[in-house]
Amino acid sequence: MIKQKKIVGITSILLAVIISLWFLQRLLMPKYMGQVVEGALIAEYYQETTNHDVIFIGDCEVYENFSPITLWEKYGITSYIRGSAQQLIWQSYYLLEETLQYEKPDIVVFNVLAMQYNEPQKEAYNRMTLDGMKWSLSKVKSIQESMLEEESFIEYFFPLLRYHSRWSELTVEDWNYLWKKDIISHNGYYMRVDVKASVGAPPAKKLANYEFGSRAYYYLDQIRILCEQNQIALVLVKAPSIYPHWYKEWDMQIETYAEKYGLLYLNFLEMFEETGIDLSVDTYDGGLHLNLFGAEKLSEYFGKILVEEYGVFDHRGEEIYDTIWEEKVSFYKKKKEEKLAELTENK
Amino acid sequence: MLFTSYEFLGFLFLLFLLYYIIPKRYQWICLLCASYLFYAFSGIKYLGYIVSTTCSTYLVCYKMEKIGEEQKNYIRLNKERLTREEKKSYKIYMKKKQWNWLLFGLIFNFSILAVCKYVNFSISNINNVLQLIKSNSRLPFLSIALPLGISYYTFQMMGYAIDIYRGKYPAERNLGKLALFASFFPQLMQGPISRFDDLSKTMFSAHSFDRKRIFFGLQRILWGFFKKLVIADRILPAVTTITHNPENYQGVYVFIGMLFYALELYADFTGGIDMVIGIGEVLGVQVKENFNRPYFSKSIKEYWNRWHISLGAWFTEYIFYPVSVCQPMLKLSKFSRNHFGEAIGKRIPVYLATILVWLITGIWHGAAWNFVVWGLMNCLVLLISQELQPCYRWFHRKFHLEGKWGFRLFQVVRTVLLMSSIRMFDCYRDVSTTFRMFFSMLTKYNFMELLNGGMLKLGISAIDYGILFIGMIILIGVSFIGRSGSVREKIAKKPIIVQFLIWYGLFLAVLLFGAYGEGYDASQFIYNQF
Repeated sequence: MIKQKKIVGITSILLAVIISLWFLQRLLMPKYMGQVVEGALIAEYYQETTNHDVIFIGDCEVYENFSPITLWEKYGITSYIRGSAQQLIWQSYYLLEETLQYEKPDIVVFNVLAMQYNEPQKEAYNRMTLDGMKWSLSKVKSIQESMLEEESFIEYFFPLLRYHSRWSELTVEDWNYLWKKDIISHNGYYMRVDVKASVGAPPAKKLANYEFGSRAYYYLDQIRILCEQNQIALVLVKAPSIYPHWYKEWDMQIETYAEKYGLLYLNFLEMFEETGIDLSVDTYDGGLHLNLFGAEKLSEYFGKILVEEYGVFDHRGEEIYDTIWEEKVSFYKKKKEEKLAELTENK
Repeated sequence: MLFTSYEFLGFLFLLFLLYYIIPKRYQWICLLCASYLFYAFSGIKYLGYIVSTTCSTYLVCYKMEKIGEEQKNYIRLNKERLTREEKKSYKIYMKKKQWNWLLFGLIFNFSILAVCKYVNFSISNINNVLQLIKSNSRLPFLSIALPLGISYYTFQMMGYAIDIYRGKYPAERNLGKLALFASFFPQLMQGPISRFDDLSKTMFSAHSFDRKRIFFGLQRILWGFFKKLVIADRILPAVTTITHNPENYQGVYVFIGMLFYALELYADFTGGIDMVIGIGEVLGVQVKENFNRPYFSKSIKEYWNRWHISLGAWFTEYIFYPVSVCQPMLKLSKFSRNHFGEAIGKRIPVYLATILVWLITGIWHGAAWNFVVWGLMNCLVLLISQELQPCYRWFHRKFHLEGKWGFRLFQVVRTVLLMSSIRMFDCYRDVSTTFRMFFSMLTKYNFMELLNGGMLKLGISAIDYGILFIGMIILIGVSFIGRSGSVREKIAKKPIIVQFLIWYGLFLAVLLFGAYGEGYDASQFIYNQF
C-alpha cells in the first residue's frame, strides 16, 4: 500500500512538472500572429492533406512573390511555398529533404537570392524557420548548420530555455493563440494588398568578392542532387525584387551553373515586360517584395512556363483536389477582400 | 566550461550517472578523469601546468617523508650509541634537508604562479619607472595565458606540502589521488582552498547512492544557480554601466554602484560556492563551507572570519603564524621591546605579519595596484579597529549599547558599508579613479537624479529591480532561517507537497527569471578570475 502510494505520488509530481513546463513553453513561445507573422509560415505545411506538383523553397522572395492560389485558379497546378524570412540555402535544402518525406513533387523552384549568404546571419530568422519544423533528422541537421556561435542546440530542443524571459513581454496575443493559431498563409504565400510604389533601389554597394561562398554552392549542389535522385525538375529563379541588389556577377554565376547542369534559370528582374509587373503598383514596399497584384501577375506568367516547359498536369476537375482547393480559394478571396476593405478604411 | 553553461550541466549529468554505475572502488578514478577532462576544456596546453604542480608536490612530499623515515630508522638503530646532543643535531640536519625540499617545491610552484600571473604586471611597473626616468627603452609584454584555477590549486598544493613538512599527516603515496586533490573540478575555478586531511576523508572513499544526500546536493546546486543567475547576473549590467563610465556616473550613482557590487559579488561568489559544495555532496565529497553569512558581521574582523573562510585560514596558517614567530621577527620584537617598550614590541611582529598577509591577499586577488591598495586598506581598517578596541568597549559600556538590537543592526550596516567602500577598488579601472569616485560620492549631491528616472538608465529595467528586490528578500530570509540550522533539513521535515512547491518554485524562478541564454552575456564567476 505504501509502495503504491509512493508510486502515485512520484507519478503525480512528474506529471505536474511535465505539464507545467509544457504549458509554460507554449505560453512563452512567440505566436507570430500579430505584426511579425513570418515565423508561423513553416509550421502550416503540416496541415496539408494532399500532394503538390510544385514546391517553392527560399526566402521572402518566394513567399511574398508567388501565389499558389493563382497557379491553381489559372492552371490547376497544386503548389506550396516552404519559405521563411531570410531563409538560408541549407535551411531550404533541409526543408526540401523533409518535404520529400511527405510527398514527391514534380518540380522544385528555388529562389537564388539565398546564395549570397555563406554563414548563418541572425538568430531571430533562424528561429522563424527552424522552430516551425517538426522534429526530424533534417531539422537536427538544419539547426546544426544554422546555429550562431552564441546559440545552443538544447535551446531548440527546449525552446522554453530560449524564450524564458518573454514572460515580461506577454500580450493578449500569447493567450489568445495559446492552443490554436490562425492560418496566416495561402499555401505558404503571405498576402499583402497595400501599395508603395518603387522609386528605385539605393545604389549597389561594391563588394570585395562577388564569388558565392563554397557552402552556398555545396548546398545548391545538394538541392540539385536531391532533386535528381528523386526525378524532380529543379528550376532556379530570381524574383523581381529590386533590393537587395542582385549583382550581374552573381547572375552570371547562376547562369553558368544552370547551363552546366541543364537547369532552367529565370531571372524575373529582366522580365518585367513579359510578366507585366509594374513596380509603381505591384509592390507594397517600394520594390523589395510584390504585393498580391504583382504576385498574381508573376504566378500567371510562371505557371504558363511550368505547363509549357514541364507539362504540369491540370488537376481541376479532380474531386480530391477540387474540394480542398475550393476552400483555399474562398479563404484567399475572403482575406483579399478583408484586406482591401481594411486598406480602404485606413485611407 | 562555465558552471552555468548547458555543456557543464550535460557534463555533470553524465558524470553523476557514470559515478554511480561503475564499481565503487573506481569512483575516485572516475572523478580524476572527469576533473582532467574539465580542465582540458579550458585548453589542453594548460594541463602541463597542473601536472607539473602535482608531480613536483608529489616528489617534494615523497622526499620529505623519506627523510623523516630515514631519520626515525637511524635514531632507532643508533639509540644506544648517540648522545642527546648528537640526536638533536642529527634531527636539525634532517629537518634542514626536508626544508630544502620544501623550499624547492615552494619556489618552483610559486614561480610558475608568479610568471603566469604577475610577470606582465611587473613589466608594466618597470615600464612606468622607465617612463618616469625619461628612458626610451620599454620591456615588451609577454603573451602568457593564465591557466584555469592556478591560484587555487597552487595554494592548495603548497598548503599540503607544508602540512607534510610539519608532519601533520603522512604524504599521499598514490600519485593519482594527489592529482585528484589538486584538480577536483568543482573547486578548481573558485575554491574553496581545501586541506588534504579534510577532503581526503571523503574524496577517495566509496559512495553508495544515498538519495537524501544526492537530493540535498541538487538542492544546494539549485540555490547556487538562483543566486548566480537571478541575482548576480541580473544586477551585473547596472554595476558595469556605473563602474565602466566613471565620468558619467558620479555622486549618488557611485554609492548605488557600490551597494550593487556588494550584492553582485556576494550572490556570485557564494552562489558559485553553493554549486561547488552541492556537486561535492552529490558525489559524496564533503567540501568545507567557505562563507558564514558574512553580511551579518558586526565588525571587519568578524567579516573576514566569515567571508572566503578557506583563503583567510590558509593565510593565517601558512603565512601569518610562521612569519610572526620566525627568527628575524622574534629578534625584531626583542629589539623593539628593549628600545620602544613592551606595548610596541609586542605589536610589531603582529602588525608586520598582518601587513604582509594583506599585501599578499591583495596581490592574490589580481595583478594590479587596485588590489594591492584594496588589501592594504583592509589591513589599515583592521589594525585601527584593533587599536581602538578599548575605546569602543568604553563607549559601549558608557552608553549601554552592548547586546541591543538597534546597535547590532547599526554595526552590521556599518560593516557592510565599510567593506563595500573598500571593495570599490575591485570595480574601477585604477586607484586614482577609485579615489576620485569615492570623493565624488561624498561631495556630489545628485540624489534627485535617481528619482527622475536615473535608476532606469543603468541598463536594467523596472522588472529587473522587482526581481532583484524579491531575490534579495529571499536571500536575507534564507540567511536568517539558516542561523538556527540547516535550511534544507528544515524543509525536508515539511510535508512532501510543501517540499515540492518550494524546490520546484525555486527551479522555476531560475528557469524564468535567470539572466541566461540569448540576450544575456554569459557572465563568468567573478572569482574565476583569481
